Amino acid sequence: MVKCLEMEGVTSVFGYPGVAICPFYNSILDSEIESVLVRTEQNAAHAASGFYRVSGKVGVCAVTSGPGATNLITGIATAFADSVPMICITGQVDSELLGGDVFQEADITGAVESFVKYSYLVRDVDDIPRIFKEAFHIATTGRKGPVLIDVPIDVQNATISKFKYPEEVKLRTYKPTVKGNMAQIKKVVKELADAKRPLICAGGGVLLADARKELLEFSHKFNIPVVSTMMGIGVMPTEDEMYYGMVGNNGKPYANRAMNDCDLLIMVGARVADRAISQPDLIISNKLLVHIDVDPAEIGKIVGPHIPLVGDCKSIFEDLLEQDIKGDFSEWKATLDEYAATMERKRNVSDAYVDPAAFIQMLSRKLPDDAVYVADVGQNQIWSCGYHIVKQGDFLTSGGMGTMGYSIPAAMGAKYSMPEREVVAVCGDGSFQMSMMELATMRQHGIKSKVIVLRNNFLGMVRQYQHFTYEDNYSVVDLTGSPELSSIAAAYDMPYFLVKNGDEMEQKIDAFLKEDKACLMECLIDPMDLV
Amino acid sequence: MQKKVFQILVDNTSGVLSRISGLFSRRGYNIESITAGTTADPRFTRITIVASGDDAILDQIEKQVAKLVDVRDIKELKPECSVYRELAMVKVRADAVQRQGVIALANVYRANIVDVATDSIMVELTGKQEKIDAFISLLDGYEILELARTGIAGLGRGTADVIYLDKE
Repeated sequence: MVKCLEMEGVTSVFGYPGVAICPFYNSILDSEIESVLVRTEQNAAHAASGFYRVSGKVGVCAVTSGPGATNLITGIATAFADSVPMICITGQVDSELLGGDVFQEADITGAVESFVKYSYLVRDVDDIPRIFKEAFHIATTGRKGPVLIDVPIDVQNATISKFKYPEEVKLRTYKPTVKGNMAQIKKVVKELADAKRPLICAGGGVLLADARKELLEFSHKFNIPVVSTMMGIGVMPTEDEMYYGMVGNNGKPYANRAMNDCDLLIMVGARVADRAISQPDLIISNKLLVHIDVDPAEIGKIVGPHIPLVGDCKSIFEDLLEQDIKGDFSEWKATLDEYAATMERKRNVSDAYVDPAAFIQMLSRKLPDDAVYVADVGQNQIWSCGYHIVKQGDFLTSGGMGTMGYSIPAAMGAKYSMPEREVVAVCGDGSFQMSMMELATMRQHGIKSKVIVLRNNFLGMVRQYQHFTYEDNYSVVDLTGSPELSSIAAAYDMPYFLVKNGDEMEQKIDAFLKEDKACLMECLIDPMDLV
Repeated sequence: MQKKVFQILVDNTSGVLSRISGLFSRRGYNIESITAGTTADPRFTRITIVASGDDAILDQIEKQVAKLVDVRDIKELKPECSVYRELAMVKVRADAVQRQGVIALANVYRANIVDVATDSIMVELTGKQEKIDAFISLLDGYEILELARTGIAGLGRGTADVIYLDKE
């Protein structure tokens, strides 16, 4: 198993050992592969996710059977929802004992069935090279996703008759489409020539296909404006002249207006999810819908497009760039510029606290161009989406599953993969406490990602929901009892910064970013603030 | 709401049936019947699923099933160019007198008598679902003790749609 990982170029594994995975962890000592010991298994998957999303190298996690494997599930589901490739290795009880409800036995392949791209239960040691080769191939091609390999301890201990890592994959049944159909591409070109108000809505699929450059070129070459979904944030620099923000319930009003007013909508690498497109019928009324996705099942799942186009969006943009598209969309762009200038949402802010919007804007201006910003889930996520300014860096968050606690381990994985880049996790005090145990992992392995907590002593997003839906009848959203973050920082030997209001923001951010260490910043925000 | 018959060719991996049935249950698709058995090549299993839903759902079923890694092919078996068959076994309470009536009905339907006891008789019948439904409704005057139906298996007519399995 370790040899297979070496053959795949894997340099590190995030995980947590237990008896059933000990043969693997024993062999890894003889390898150059580094092991990172997370403090709970779920975070191994989030770290592997952050690792991939920044470096493009597949993250690997390895945990033990039973509770080790079940703890990993939320992380796997989070990766699956955002189509993040990942290899999850789980130890399993002796194959002779399988099905006997023995100590630390869990049917993990059965349990993760609905949120892995594929899974294996290895029965024969001689199958290991083939299975690993297939697993990496399946995880990283087509619509990407996590693949789980469950290996009983006796199979790990068995001696392989002859180790030969396959050079290519032979899968009779799995052949994802990469190249877009040229006839469909020509149709898009023809419609673009007739369109007056075309718009591209880009999702996370564009990032997963590594098609940022191609999208930017396409948009600039033909003067076509772009909006994005939450998972698509970062497809273009926030301040690019052709970019008009995030759509959806929590998006920019002018981005949604652009969606309504366009006459040709190109959805690309976006799955028409409910938080981005709450009324799917509207994106096919009075306009033509083109839907580009590598997963044919996403096309037509929510709404039937006029032009479906299956394929890898990088390849499709490359083909589109070679086309000659005539059309003058400058009037449309001027309209959108006017929307953007006049429709920004006004916020009511109190001077007694840090305004998260102003804070995030200032932080992102001061971050290096290639910084990685990891947003957690909750009000902090919506503010981050709304006010973080992406330059050339990455913006990561858990969009599909909305998993609280994602930011600290994902930022850790991201920083671990690219130590030279600045990586900050921005979370709330609820999400912080869901994964603050990873501060120990960061300390142990010298991972210098930074953590910012927007503190309001509430589960803010739920409080806000109860404010609107239940007329301030707050139920189980008060976080009284949370620890002093200064003490937490001290316990993990991290420099600590407290920002109490807007006046001290700039100086504190400068000092925070100057540190060449993992450090913790706490911003006191208005508990009654709304996104 | 309409019905479609899908023929699915899958790699014969362990757990492939649960992957397919799990997909139907978690996405809320209706299965009317499902049958499975290995093909002439033991590496593959052929599954016949009768599913119901509106056009959009049936389209999604086809796409989501096609997406599963183990699935080699899924296609609709259209009634006009396919043959469907189902097998049913019916156990009817019948004493010596009633027995003759059941045997007479079975003969009309070219069904086989596969078991006789002093107070019951078991009939095996193969055919289109309508034929089986009709036979069962004719047993109205009798007490049906137990009934087992397989759900349909089907193949397309002719050679146009045949997938030639590779030999590797």
